[in-house]
Amino acid sequence: MDVTITVNGTERKLELDPRVTLLDALRHELGLTGTKKGCDHGQCGACTILVNGRRINSCLALAASHDGDEITTIEGLGTPENMHPLQTAFVTHDGYQCGYCTPGQIMSAEAMLREAAEGWPSYVSKTLDADPTLTDEEIAERMSGNLCRCSAYPRIREAIAAVRDARNATKEAAE
Amino acid sequence: MDDTPRNADFDVALTMDAAQPPVLDRTVQGLLGTAMDRPDGPLKVTGTARYAAEALPENLVTGFLVRATITKGRVIGMKAEAVEAMPGVIRVMTGHPLLRNPAQGQAHQAPEQILPKVDYFGQPVALVVAETFEQARHAAQALVVTYEEEVAEVDPNAASQVDKPKASQLDQGDLEGAMRSSPVAIDTTYTTAPHSSAPMEPHASIAEWVDGRLQLRGSYQMLKHNVAELADSLGVDEARVRIHAPYVGGGFGSKLGIAPEAVAAAHAARELGRPVRVVMARDQVFEMTMRRTETTQRMRLACDADGLMTALAHEDRVSNLPGEAFSEPTAQGTHFLYGGANRRFTHEVARIHRPCAGSVRAPGEAVGMIALECAMDELAEAADIDPVELRIRNIPDTTPEGGQPYSERALERCLREGAERFGWSQRRGMAERLEGDWWVGMGVAAAVRTNMMEESIARVTLRPDGTALCETDMTDIGTGSYAILTQIVGEMLGLPREKVEVQIGDSDLPKSSGSGGSFGAQSCGSAVFLACQGVRKHLAERMEVAPDDLTLRDGRATGGNRQVALTDLVEAPMSAEGHVKPGETEDNFSIAGYGAHFAEVGVHRDTGEVRVHRMLGVFSIGRVLNMKTATSQCHGGMIWGIGSALTEEIMHDPRDGRIVNHNLAEYHIPVSLDVPQLDAMLLEDTRDDQANPIQAKGIGELGISGAAAAVGNAIRNACGVRVRDFPATPDKIFPHLPDVT
Repeated sequence: MDVTITVNGTERKLELDPRVTLLDALRHELGLTGTKKGCDHGQCGACTILVNGRRINSCLALAASHDGDEITTIEGLGTPENMHPLQTAFVTHDGYQCGYCTPGQIMSAEAMLREAAEGWPSYVSKTLDADPTLTDEEIAERMSGNLCRCSAYPRIREAIAAVRDARNATKEAAE
Repeated sequence: MDDTPRNADFDVALTMDAAQPPVLDRTVQGLLGTAMDRPDGPLKVTGTARYAAEALPENLVTGFLVRATITKGRVIGMKAEAVEAMPGVIRVMTGHPLLRNPAQGQAHQAPEQILPKVDYFGQPVALVVAETFEQARHAAQALVVTYEEEVAEVDPNAASQVDKPKASQLDQGDLEGAMRSSPVAIDTTYTTAPHSSAPMEPHASIAEWVDGRLQLRGSYQMLKHNVAELADSLGVDEARVRIHAPYVGGGFGSKLGIAPEAVAAAHAARELGRPVRVVMARDQVFEMTMRRTETTQRMRLACDADGLMTALAHEDRVSNLPGEAFSEPTAQGTHFLYGGANRRFTHEVARIHRPCAGSVRAPGEAVGMIALECAMDELAEAADIDPVELRIRNIPDTTPEGGQPYSERALERCLREGAERFGWSQRRGMAERLEGDWWVGMGVAAAVRTNMMEESIARVTLRPDGTALCETDMTDIGTGSYAILTQIVGEMLGLPREKVEVQIGDSDLPKSSGSGGSFGAQSCGSAVFLACQGVRKHLAERMEVAPDDLTLRDGRATGGNRQVALTDLVEAPMSAEGHVKPGETEDNFSIAGYGAHFAEVGVHRDTGEVRVHRMLGVFSIGRVLNMKTATSQCHGGMIWGIGSALTEEIMHDPRDGRIVNHNLAEYHIPVSLDVPQLDAMLLEDTRDDQANPIQAKGIGELGISGAAAAVGNAIRNACGVRVRDFPATPDKIFPHLPDVT
């Protein structure tokens, strides 16, 4: 069947087997292998991408059900020569080891920072209505859908916290 | 790579027969040991690094493995024609050369190839190849396989065949007598659940035959062995097999030996004349790769009134499939960590039909240290001696079984500095600290991991443009090989990091140890170091000075009252190979990494849920090659310790041995919220000159060894419950919690 998706700003027309997941469309059809397959069951988060600005597990989404959607993958965030601040922070803080879960962690972190900026509470938030402060515990909870078997969690959180601080500083400077 | 004969005049070989001078303490580039960022980092964080399954060669087809749905017996029928008629399906393949299970680490030959026989539930029985992944998966699920079933034993405690490897039994002195006559004695049994490596990247291979030679993009840890295993499995000469593994998405032992997907892909590609990709589904990773065995460990410890140990017995039972040479060396660390003249070790291997058991991060110590270090806590309690103090009192002068001296060993320092840093003096008595709904307590455990160095070869070339190329078939499974090899070359040749290029992960390059057993960095790093010594010798000749009088820094050579830029000194590429081999030092000395773990946990007063509040690890591994990546390794090990302490458990169906929780939703590896910010500290001033010429020991596995015991001991201190069956899930704790009124 025909599916049109916009990936990292470029419109892509695909003719797909209806069984193809969004993840496999990216990896197998478009050669965008930055998005990883860890479990194919929505249990590990390695395949996290942004669909219309929100994070999802792309292994649980059929490509056919995303006709017309805007997709952002890790390749759309930055390049080795021009890295996104989260990518830079992951390198500086050693927020990875084998690197396989890393694109998913970074995509998830980008969406999570936006969710927090929009005031979304989490399981560990003290109240449901106040603007959550992104403490280490809040980051840990909000990133717990992204497994890392190398167990780089402490440094993943440090990397995200560094970007949080930079964004807060920019926000304060603007106010 | 080219075929020009190389000049071997400057090659350097070393067999570790004697202590080596600390050359790297005299070099001046200042790159080694620093917290340098990984050179491969930008590729990993942008999704640019290509892992095994991520190439798209022309005409690529996909294979999907089919798993056995019986435990033991034989395949008697397969309705291949029915699925071959499905859209896109090309071929169903079964029988030889498909593997029963992966090769054990360093096996260097094919693993069991037993089809049509089946030895465990989940064993690969066929490969279905189709034009697309979706077609192959569907056909594999639709394939009807019929079996003739046999009765299978799956319970390690009731197994009728139990091997007792002779080399693993030891009786020294009079254990029973010492247990009877000592004022303090404990006799306690621990059990640990089976574990899965669960690397985030599933096992994956793309096989392509080009001009009669197999090019395999694989996710493997030890390429020289993997080439031999793959060639033997396929019945071809090793020269006809090349493996590419530039990036490996986690290994932890599960990618040590060639696995079923690689042989299946290579076989199919040869039969079909097209490139074939086979990636294991996550449930297949659980079933078709190595699990860590479950263990039962009886510990008997005795000491005198001063806490000096008089008796130590560690008797264990593990399991594996029939025919597998590997058995978890559970008591490996117990042999030399503590004294006690009267000792007994027994080791039993139950032959059962659960999925294959093999190496999972720190085979031996990862689970053996749970029993030993919790038993030490029990002994400390029985003797009424502080657990840190009891451990320090029992550090032996020479190994208690062979009388060998120890090489660098900072165990006492790790325990003392750790206790101070952690605030151990604030630890209260058992179940004395209730904070809100949580019992809070502290625990300690020693860390020890046997150190190994393996034969390695590497080639380093200094080029006329002032850059250096380092080549070896080493792999980087997340450990930081790209980083530390860059640093060793930069340090030795006086080059900044951006002037050093490291090429690894290609089996055509000089053969290294590969990654495994915490020996990769030191073994391969030593070979690279020796190759650099060869290049330095060459440079010294050009400068007309003795090698020791040559100083290399920032691309300039200084010696004999002159300074020359390397770009002026090097007219043609200067190349040297380094070749290191283990030798007499590993027989004459007990060489190991040491450390101490401290944990503070909260145990919920009603539910028995355990949360780790704080954790400190202090480690001594000789020279630290990269403070950043080494610390990350410590974190990884400690978090694996939290997992094995609290949540990780393969559950086997008692009827057929199958892995019931073969996915990441039901096999609980730690997630971010399970892990506090950790404190990992590496002693920076220690050197082990008996280990290798770079004085460095392994760190990948030391961090897990003992970590779970510190958590278990903290649970005891917090709430008074002694868990002896790991993981310490709430059901094992809450029935025994103290009443609070």
